[in-house]
Amino acid sequence: MSTQTSPEDQQLQAARQKRASRVAALAFGISILAGIALVVVYVNGGDTQAEGVLLTLAFGGIGVGLGVWVKVIIGHELVIEPRHPMRSDASDRQAFEEEFDQARDSVGSPDRRRFLGRLLAGAGISLGLALTVPFLSLGPIFSRGARDELFETAWTSGKRLVTTEGQEIHIEDFEPDQIATVFPQGEGTPADSQAVLINVREGRLMASAMPDPDGVVGTLVCYSKLCTHAGCPVGLFRASEGQLICPCHQSLFDVNAGAAVLSGPAGRPLPQLPIGVDEEGYLVALGDFSAPVGPSFWNMTDHSGS
Amino acid sequence: MSQATSDAKETPLQRVASWADDRLHLAEGSRKYLRKAFPGHWSFLVGEIAMFSLVILLVTGTFLALFYTPDTTLVIYDGPYVPLQGQEITAAYDSTLRLSFEIRAGLLFRQVHHWAALVFVAAIVVHLLRVFFTGSFRRPRELNWVIGGTLLLLAFGAGFTGYSLPDDLLSGTGLRIGYSALLSVPFIGPLLGYLGLGGEYPGAFVLGRLHILHVMILPALLVGVLAVHLVIMVRQKHTQKRRPGATEHNVIGEPLWPNQTITMGALFMFTAAVLSLLGGLFEINAVWLYGPYEPFEVFAPSQPDWYMGWLEGLLRLWPAWEFTILGVTIPSVFIPSVVIPGIMFTVMFLWPWIEVKWISHDTAEHHINQRPRDVPVRTAVGVSSLVLLAVIFVAGSNDVVASDLGIGLQTLTNWLRVMCFVLPAIAWFVTIRMMRRLQAQSVQEPVSSTADDVSSTTDDASASTT
Repeated sequence: MSTQTSPEDQQLQAARQKRASRVAALAFGISILAGIALVVVYVNGGDTQAEGVLLTLAFGGIGVGLGVWVKVIIGHELVIEPRHPMRSDASDRQAFEEEFDQARDSVGSPDRRRFLGRLLAGAGISLGLALTVPFLSLGPIFSRGARDELFETAWTSGKRLVTTEGQEIHIEDFEPDQIATVFPQGEGTPADSQAVLINVREGRLMASAMPDPDGVVGTLVCYSKLCTHAGCPVGLFRASEGQLICPCHQSLFDVNAGAAVLSGPAGRPLPQLPIGVDEEGYLVALGDFSAPVGPSFWNMTDHSGS
Repeated sequence: MSQATSDAKETPLQRVASWADDRLHLAEGSRKYLRKAFPGHWSFLVGEIAMFSLVILLVTGTFLALFYTPDTTLVIYDGPYVPLQGQEITAAYDSTLRLSFEIRAGLLFRQVHHWAALVFVAAIVVHLLRVFFTGSFRRPRELNWVIGGTLLLLAFGAGFTGYSLPDDLLSGTGLRIGYSALLSVPFIGPLLGYLGLGGEYPGAFVLGRLHILHVMILPALLVGVLAVHLVIMVRQKHTQKRRPGATEHNVIGEPLWPNQTITMGALFMFTAAVLSLLGGLFEINAVWLYGPYEPFEVFAPSQPDWYMGWLEGLLRLWPAWEFTILGVTIPSVFIPSVVIPGIMFTVMFLWPWIEVKWISHDTAEHHINQRPRDVPVRTAVGVSSLVLLAVIFVAGSNDVVASDLGIGLQTLTNWLRVMCFVLPAIAWFVTIRMMRRLQAQSVQEPVSSTADDVSSTTDDASASTT
């Protein structure tokens, strides 16, 4: 904005501009070289770090060049733009309204307009519904059993417990303090059926706290592995305390007392999987979990009897 | 006119411009934009950084989309990453590993993409704070405030769907938690979950749907809504800081051509340069270390990208309240993951009207930015909200913080719960006092912020002052 400058100032300014041109030229030059180098690196097998640095130089060189160009060579310049209120002038608003009303009157008498207008709105709503409903195809909500899916898992009475490798578990093989993730035999690893089998310490188990006191085998108990809070697998076991910990939000469950919540944000115990032993000594389920597994949902108490 | 002058030597650029103008009548409409004023302050550039990050996200994302497959079919990994060789993994995870290790420049673009996503959300948030604390959302810009908030929500959605795609153990865990929040909504939760995933978790179509959301629907919405944001901004013109000569009837700033255009070009280049450096040198989301997603596996500590930290914190802070009224169970995740974020965003969206109704009672049009000190209550609301979010954010990694500090997790969580009330309250009173003091100090500063005297001379011409 300096309008009157002395000759010395002008000289200084010229020198400054000359310096700036050199810097900008150098920056653009670096960018050119970096771009070429990037192609060479890429063709010769590529390297993430080198490519990243070269790309930085290629972009950054142009950035520095442009920055110097605009700040020093072009310099500071201000313009003043007028601004008017956003609201249109009263006359324009009036004119618009009149033209709009004129057209409206030509559409028909008020009664006819109202009658046809309502029918058109009805048709619009009806068409909207008809076009929205197919979104229900996104999920299998019409298939049989869809309503029960959240209440049921793949566990049924007599199904053997198997590890993630498909190994059956013999009652004598399961050591004290041992824990295993188990699934129903022959069902693969369905997410809702994951369970943890735990051998708790002698004399700690409180049968009265279990949903199904008969569903334990000696010191062996089995619970759903899905946290009742947000559905993470309850993966950490503290054997000395008999506690299961969810690594996502740190809910703490008491393995000895029906997996009751000791602390953390979970709202209810982990459902118990009732287990027994078949005639060959392998662990089997005696039925499905004692409650819906995983995070709670609004109608989860509906099926509690089934 | 062009015929008459075309015998003079025309540069190629002139020829192209003239060809286009002959057919589209562009010169008249575009001319005034050449001298459009851009008020110069660094804080006005943050929104541009967000926009440039989006451009870089679209470019790198297009590259990634050419190699990624949203397919949960199991394949045996036989690529160069030794620890996973021979393992059964999904085709989606396999394609992520291949584009990271076998496609030239693949890892670079993947990492630039992830860094750009973090910078994108961060720039939107900083831009939002600038607009909030300077009152730039006041009439006539309430609509653009809401549109900006919508862009933030879309950015959250794009980020979440994006980091769920690689199908590694961390991404699956985030998805699982998101699904639980959806499931928790009374009456419609199970239905929404079914429709969203195509069945019970993990669902048959989950990756395919996240993929379509991430590469088509959300980018289209982001670009479209951003376009509206910009058109409204051009129509309403920029706000400006208080400065000598600035009034409610003018905009003082650098002209679009050439100054602002070159400045924007330089800023784009710097944004791209920083993201290239981050993507080239700083490993991010090393999905090969996490291993493939198995619904029965998880690792600790599991933490989402930074902008999801507050949701994670709410989940960890909220007490284990779960109850059933008249047969309707309210799951413990419903309030912290749906209700509270819903309230926070509703208040944010409605803030321009809340402020008018209960605080300022000012419905007039404004184009001059306020200083935070001049509106202590709004500033205090903003600072207290930020402090509250900071506490919640810390709670999002309460397990790590507790073990770092050597205190019990439960003790820390209880402390943080108390701090959710205490620290914002302290912040409120400190801010109000500070703002009042600053106000008192600057009361004598001669700034013609609201004077109309200049307007008569500037209304008729967009005169350059140089």
